[in-house]
Amino acid sequence: MSRYDARRRTDALARALCVAAAIFGLGWLALILIAVLLGGFGGLSLSIFTKMTSPPGANGGLLNAIVGSLIMTTLGVAIGAPIGMLAGTYMAEYGRYSKLTFFVRFINDILLSAPSIVVGLFVYQIMVARMGHFSALAGGVALAIIVIPVVVRTTEDMLLLVPGSLREAAAALGMPRASIIGQVAYRSARAGLVTGVLLAVARISGETAPLLFTALNNQFFTANVNAPMSSLPAVIFQFAQSPYREWHRLAWAGALLITVAVLTMSVAARVLSARAANK
Amino acid sequence: MADISIPIAPILASSNARSRARALRRLILRDHAFRFITRAAAILVLALLGGVILSLAWGAWPAMRAFGFGFLVSEVWNPVTDEYGAAAPICGTLITAFLAVFIAVPIGLGIAIFLTELCPQKLRRPIGIAIELLAGIPSIVYGIWGLFVFAPFLQAYVQPALIRISAPVPLLSILFAGPPYGIGMLTAGIILAIMVLPFVTSISRDVFETVPAVLKESAYGIGCTTWEVVRNVVLPYTRVGVIGGVMLGLGRALGETMAVTFVIGNAHKISGSLLAPGTTISATIANEFTEAVSDLYTSSLVELGLILFVITFFVLVGARLMLLRLDRKAGA
Repeated sequence: MSRYDARRRTDALARALCVAAAIFGLGWLALILIAVLLGGFGGLSLSIFTKMTSPPGANGGLLNAIVGSLIMTTLGVAIGAPIGMLAGTYMAEYGRYSKLTFFVRFINDILLSAPSIVVGLFVYQIMVARMGHFSALAGGVALAIIVIPVVVRTTEDMLLLVPGSLREAAAALGMPRASIIGQVAYRSARAGLVTGVLLAVARISGETAPLLFTALNNQFFTANVNAPMSSLPAVIFQFAQSPYREWHRLAWAGALLITVAVLTMSVAARVLSARAANK
Repeated sequence: MADISIPIAPILASSNARSRARALRRLILRDHAFRFITRAAAILVLALLGGVILSLAWGAWPAMRAFGFGFLVSEVWNPVTDEYGAAAPICGTLITAFLAVFIAVPIGLGIAIFLTELCPQKLRRPIGIAIELLAGIPSIVYGIWGLFVFAPFLQAYVQPALIRISAPVPLLSILFAGPPYGIGMLTAGIILAIMVLPFVTSISRDVFETVPAVLKESAYGIGCTTWEVVRNVVLPYTRVGVIGGVMLGLGRALGETMAVTFVIGNAHKISGSLLAPGTTISATIANEFTEAVSDLYTSSLVELGLILFVITFFVLVGARLMLLRLDRKAGA
């Protein structure tokens, strides 16, 4: 009987610890979100969206940083997503059982969690050092390198979900392989493919490390992709480490903007993929 | 009429056949082209990894030639005399990453067990989704929180208590020595732990879900308690996968940049105390790269990047191999 009691006690203790871990872990994460919300809303105002970053003391905003982030994120997705989709297409359609696919999948999974600062160094070596100056284009390429593995992964997964019978039916009608992929496989996996791109956007919109020495930063508004460009994360990094109160306020507001953007995109991606799975 | 239509028919047929052949050729060509392009994109992914390693090695070459293997063990970091050594950043990276995993793994496993075994069915999906969403929050957000909220909190309440409690204990007094700066190795380690927690949790949960229900049911059937089922059925069955997930989290923690840069203190020295400021490889690169004036300085930072990449590469390869082994088991 006492042995039975001991077993039950151990069980109760272990259960309690697991519940405690869940509460503890989720509590921390909730705390961070609340802090970002409180800090961010305190700094949020209309001038954030209408004014440039300013020297300390002047009343500034984040307009150039927001536009810079948008431009570089667009660049990153425009360069990275097509490459990622094509590679994913090869892995799921043409070379499904080839050695190359297995190898690429393995390497891709490693790239997926490779340190992003190393990507920044790489792009610095191949672009910034060659061209002799920092540029938004280099920033976009660095982000593209982070986009590629995300898109490769989701594209392959989603295309593998397309039933083979659909492809066989199309082939039986005499459709060439490229048309089967373009008009049958892509079309039936469309929601999944969009999900992958959304996830990639969410991933890069908060990336800071690869931008620090590719796009650098810029105090002024610019849409020239051949010049250094400001971005939200880079501005947050610079402002948060400064001793100025207004800059801190702007940094918090920027952090809130990024968090909201990222969460919105992740939720959208989730809803889309859930809908695709139900179909 | 008939003698007109007869000579036309073969011409029509042949031009028809010719245009069909042409169309077919075009289709085949297009197919080949598409196949070629997708294959090239797949190879590009491989080339990317090779390119990263090669370009880093190329950029690090001047520093390698100047310092040799001494770079790895030297603690000197002096831009004025142009002498650099990687010991302090390497040490900092390893200490903070292992600290993070050390804290995050028990909690992450606890949450995963809670989610798969204890949680009411209705709550499972929302909590799981919440954890996955939190994995997506960018590291700079954790960084700004760490700098403005968490570090001051640690400095004011936790660290003084730690110092007071551990002062009379022999080993702990070294580990928690010195003034409470707020920022430092311990702070960086805890923030990294919070960041890798969602990864560890969601991978362990996925891995736990691969355990066949029959195995668990039969254990329950002979009267095992929940804990005994977890301890003797679930954990042994998923050991490889859990280790893989932990290593994946370790890989993340090793390469994490922004959150650490804010709170590590950026001091190039190795200290026995976890409360002292230190530096990590990624924080050093992030802080100093744009200010590096001499070529050797830049090259040394690139070599740091190479070292980081090599370390994380091996950790991640290990993680993937472990997870592959579990996949094979689940497939069999």
